[in-house]
Amino acid sequence: MIENKTDIKSGSNLEKLLRSGQFAVTAELGPPRGADRSVIEKKAALLKGYGDAFNITDCQTAVVRMSSIAAGRIVLDAGLEPIIQMTCRDRNRIAIQSDLLGAAALGAKNLLCLTGDHQKFGDHPMAKGVFDIDSIQLIQMVKILRDEKKFQSGQELKASEPRFFIGAAENPFADPFKFRAIRLAKKIAAGADFIQTQIIYNVKRFKEWMKMVTDMGLHEKTFILAGVAPLKSAGMAKHMKHNVPGMDVPDEVMDRMTAASAVKKGKEEGIRICLEVIEQIRELKGIAGVHIMAVEWEDAVPEIVQQARLYPRPMV
Amino acid sequence: MIVASSKPFQEIKQMLSGFKKVCVLGCGSCVTICHTGGEKQVIELAAQLRLSAKLEGREVEVIEDSTLRQCEWEFIEDIREVIQDCDAVLSIACGIGVQYMAERFPKIRVFPGLNTTFMGGPTEQGIFWERCAGCGNCILGTTGGLCPVSRCAKSLLNGPCGGSQNGKCEVSQETPCVWHQIYDQLDTQRLLATMETIVPPKDWTTGMENHPRKMILEHLVMKK
Repeated sequence: MIENKTDIKSGSNLEKLLRSGQFAVTAELGPPRGADRSVIEKKAALLKGYGDAFNITDCQTAVVRMSSIAAGRIVLDAGLEPIIQMTCRDRNRIAIQSDLLGAAALGAKNLLCLTGDHQKFGDHPMAKGVFDIDSIQLIQMVKILRDEKKFQSGQELKASEPRFFIGAAENPFADPFKFRAIRLAKKIAAGADFIQTQIIYNVKRFKEWMKMVTDMGLHEKTFILAGVAPLKSAGMAKHMKHNVPGMDVPDEVMDRMTAASAVKKGKEEGIRICLEVIEQIRELKGIAGVHIMAVEWEDAVPEIVQQARLYPRPMV
Repeated sequence: MIVASSKPFQEIKQMLSGFKKVCVLGCGSCVTICHTGGEKQVIELAAQLRLSAKLEGREVEVIEDSTLRQCEWEFIEDIREVIQDCDAVLSIACGIGVQYMAERFPKIRVFPGLNTTFMGGPTEQGIFWERCAGCGNCILGTTGGLCPVSRCAKSLLNGPCGGSQNGKCEVSQETPCVWHQIYDQLDTQRLLATMETIVPPKDWTTGMENHPRKMILEHLVMKK
């Protein structure tokens, strides 16, 4: 499995940087709820240079937004490298593979494979969820398309194959806790070249998970990017803790955000906590980079990247 | 069993408006067990229909009957006489019973009095849970006897998603995460290694997505 870490698969900037052993920075860029490309261009201009690749979310929280592939192409036009997010909620295996061919033809080289938030959470809770395949099966399908030039049906792909640097997510804060490292191993075995974790606020639990991961040697088979996100206010912290599935916001973080919000310093404290998390995890064995999810707060990213001494980004 | 819930009375009343002689028809199988389509519910619903007609000054004759199974020709044949001069039947069987009635008695309007909800059973008095999605390709032997196709909100096949916390499903705090239950069950049975295997995409050709499905028992089919 070591060749998994050295052989170039997609030639993406993110892949080259990670394979060269440098600490990577990725950030999230959410497409708009409308057809206006200038919204993406503005966000792209703000983020340019502050990350190595940018996650373009796929109807995140099951809310209709511009297609991640279309938005990814706009991001590419703006000179940034996208990581196309692809979920299994809205498409069956036919539509997913079709979109993957299209995304690759449009220049996408990184793909994050997700099962997707349940439609119940979104703006169309009455929609029929697809879930023909799950995230692990999606990873495997993308890998087989790339490495064996075969569609999921087993039929041969006779034209050019889509070559993606394959990403997956893992949540160290979900249960059963012991299964979380095993699930990561399954994703790696399925073909995940890199991993972006759920947002970390509980560093202690994250370290426990990383210990299991490194004990199993999983960090040698994939690149693990630790997920972080600045909190904006006590209200947002509360929302994260109680309403966002799989999130673990410890009391200490809640207390700090509550105190700071009371004196209108929520944003500053949120960024401070985010920087502290980055400091505590960046030197951990097996951490290859950081993934910053500043949801609808993209302008926080440059500040975080600079203050974390991760700027300027290396050229590869 | 097939679990079905009662339609709101207002909806039933609206469906039946204008009909002069209505038969409320129960079914003695699954829906009797789930207290929505049995003889007792026939009596209650018929009384309710009579009362509302009386209160609103409408002339409606409501008769009552039940059959052991509305999903078998032999059983519904027995009620041909009862309903022959009715202009509507309110079937409080599952959707299968309603269709059998409509097919066998094409001149009579047949209406559903229930919403057929799922295949499942009561886990405690008055509480019913879905247990089977009828995917046509049972995997219970590998999942500790718990079905992720019908009991996981995303029908995942490779373990719990990232939203499973404290044994609960991310979609509802009232729903146990079936993958957490499967994990515990396999742990008890010392079969946790099963969870490490990647389960490939499911073949849904036998599933709901390929309806209408058909089963043939060759040895029972009568030669024509």
